[in-house]
Amino acid sequence: MKLTICWLYGTTMNIYGDRGNVLALAQRCRWRGIDAEVVTLGVGEPLEPGRYDLFFWGGGQDREQIPVAEDIRGPKGEVLRAEVEDGAPLLAVCGGYQLLGAFYRPHDGPELPGIGLFDAWTIAGDERFIGNVVVDSDEFGEVVGFENHSGRTHLGPTARPLGRVRIGHGNNGSDGTEGCRYRNAIGCYLHGALLPKNPAIADFLIGAALRRRYGEVALPPLDDALEAAARAAAVRRALATR
Amino acid sequence: MDPRLALAVMAGKASATLIRRLGRGGGTAAPGVVASRVDPAILDKLARQVAAGCVVVAGTNGKTTTARMLAGICACAGLRVIHNRTGSNLVRGITAAFAAQSSLTGRPRGDVAVIEADEAAFPEVVRRTRPRLILLLNLFRDQLDRYGELDTVAARWGETLRALPPTTIVLVNADDPALATLTEGLTAPRRTFGLRDGRHQLDQLPHAADAATCRRCGAPLTYARLFLSHLGDYVCTGCGYRRPPLDTAAREVALCGLEELTLTLETADGPLALRVGVPGLYNAYNALAAAAAALALGLPPVAVAEGLAAFRSAFGRIERVTYRGRRLVIVLIKNPVGFNEVLRMLEMGGAAPTLILINDLDADGRDVSWLWDVDAERLRDAPVPLYTGGIRGDEMALRLKYAGVPPERLVPLGDLPDALDSFVDDLPPDGTGFVLPTYTAMLRLREVLAARGVVHSFWQD
Repeated sequence: MKLTICWLYGTTMNIYGDRGNVLALAQRCRWRGIDAEVVTLGVGEPLEPGRYDLFFWGGGQDREQIPVAEDIRGPKGEVLRAEVEDGAPLLAVCGGYQLLGAFYRPHDGPELPGIGLFDAWTIAGDERFIGNVVVDSDEFGEVVGFENHSGRTHLGPTARPLGRVRIGHGNNGSDGTEGCRYRNAIGCYLHGALLPKNPAIADFLIGAALRRRYGEVALPPLDDALEAAARAAAVRRALATR
Repeated sequence: MDPRLALAVMAGKASATLIRRLGRGGGTAAPGVVASRVDPAILDKLARQVAAGCVVVAGTNGKTTTARMLAGICACAGLRVIHNRTGSNLVRGITAAFAAQSSLTGRPRGDVAVIEADEAAFPEVVRRTRPRLILLLNLFRDQLDRYGELDTVAARWGETLRALPPTTIVLVNADDPALATLTEGLTAPRRTFGLRDGRHQLDQLPHAADAATCRRCGAPLTYARLFLSHLGDYVCTGCGYRRPPLDTAAREVALCGLEELTLTLETADGPLALRVGVPGLYNAYNALAAAAAALALGLPPVAVAEGLAAFRSAFGRIERVTYRGRRLVIVLIKNPVGFNEVLRMLEMGGAAPTLILINDLDADGRDVSWLWDVDAERLRDAPVPLYTGGIRGDEMALRLKYAGVPPERLVPLGDLPDALDSFVDDLPPDGTGFVLPTYTAMLRLREVLAARGVVHSFWQD
């Protein structure tokens, strides 16, 4: 079996260790005997329908986000939306998450329209939310990460959050939500990197990709002792620093 | 005499003495706060009196080392140097250093000042010290939770640089495309340095490098030669902007294991052979920067050669200690680029069991996600065990696991001092081990080693 992972805008939007998510997806496939190929797709490079099993999109600096926002508004965004509607798993963090909503309105400069995959929109706030985050999610249990964003993301009536913030600010610092879920797509503000410390989410994405490509496939468990230890350390630090 | 200034200097000195007597550390910053309370203009007043002027050294990596190299060269040239040599590089630390090195009448006891400035403090330090020379080393990703995005730092530096008078020389590492574009079209005169060397190239941009895009037009940069992170000989595929001509260049850089390096400096007055007592390509850049700064200040080439030959590493940057019969090589890691370069350097010295100590206190950066930007895959096939420790040692262990290090070579340990003891227990007698701590882990490690009589406290350094 083989999964092909598409790392959207990986050369320009790879801030805050988000590459760790791609490593986690690929390694957790390989450790189970599943081949994993990672393809980085940049601005201007077409997204071929049906080629990819899993999508990852990380955060970037504001400057780097402008050409990307323009690129995703074209055919690439249409293909991505169709893939997600068809059940393709996707993880988007921070900048990528914002551009999957309706729009991102920065402090200065023009509003960046998103592709509206998530029923959400983002407006830049004054204070930057920086720090460790612990989220309680019905699907994935305790989720840990590190947030560093000034965008305030608001969820629309049809949107479902990833979870409730126990420690930290989350989507907007006021309604207690963090992230957004739609079909097999997850958007959130959790750097860290997220997936190595939260293997339940990594395995959810891999499982969804396998099912879509190969039908019902059992995902054998891995020894996640180190993952659990790193998670526990992150939660301890979140408690100590917020 | 300015009585208020004199009083401020005295207050600074007295509080530094008091802090040390109380055993509360090196007293490298708090005295600056006290002195500024007495006279808010103390730094401006003292800096103005320095006869040969102030040099401000800034950049993400190599500030402390480069400033110490330059101070050493100045001393070899017979100058008395005011210098924040412990690396306390915020305004308060710089003020404390000036107060400590001034007379009670408020006169600086130095002919020249070499000031290392923190990236965030850079604008204020420049405004208050009115430097004769600004030395810009590099801009890498570092502690995003504290400094914000690199673009934010660059924008603030740009404002400061554009406001400089023509009496300040801006000496810039032209191999850094971000710094090169930032220093175009200033009122202040610009001089450049960089590498002209085919021996130490990277095949591809490391993951830790910020996007190699042109800051003028946004198009990708291509590199004829890539030396370190995004430093190299570049040209923009869009607007054609390329690395500016080098006023001072280093060639024939020879890296001799973990001990030293040699290089040949191309100067306006011909070649100058240099030998430097620290290893690694990043230190070749530091030596090049210090040498170029010294030459820009008009110091004689012989002082440059002597100063660099006599140079020894700043505290914790690279240290060798013998502990319980084992040789420990301690190298500070601060950010992904630094970590990558340390791994690159250590490879040249042959493999040794390695203990990586990761803390996430304020001075380290509270966000450990940077570990995932490090090219830790370099360690996958190292034929030695890898140990992890510190407050976030488990995160490092996880990073190594996902880099493909097999479990039998991966040993997660707890925090100091136990991590050190277990690591040293595992080393063969007479064996060598590498210890790579983040900043506060390094402080803690030194504390442990000092308590056991192995190293001096850093303010005695």
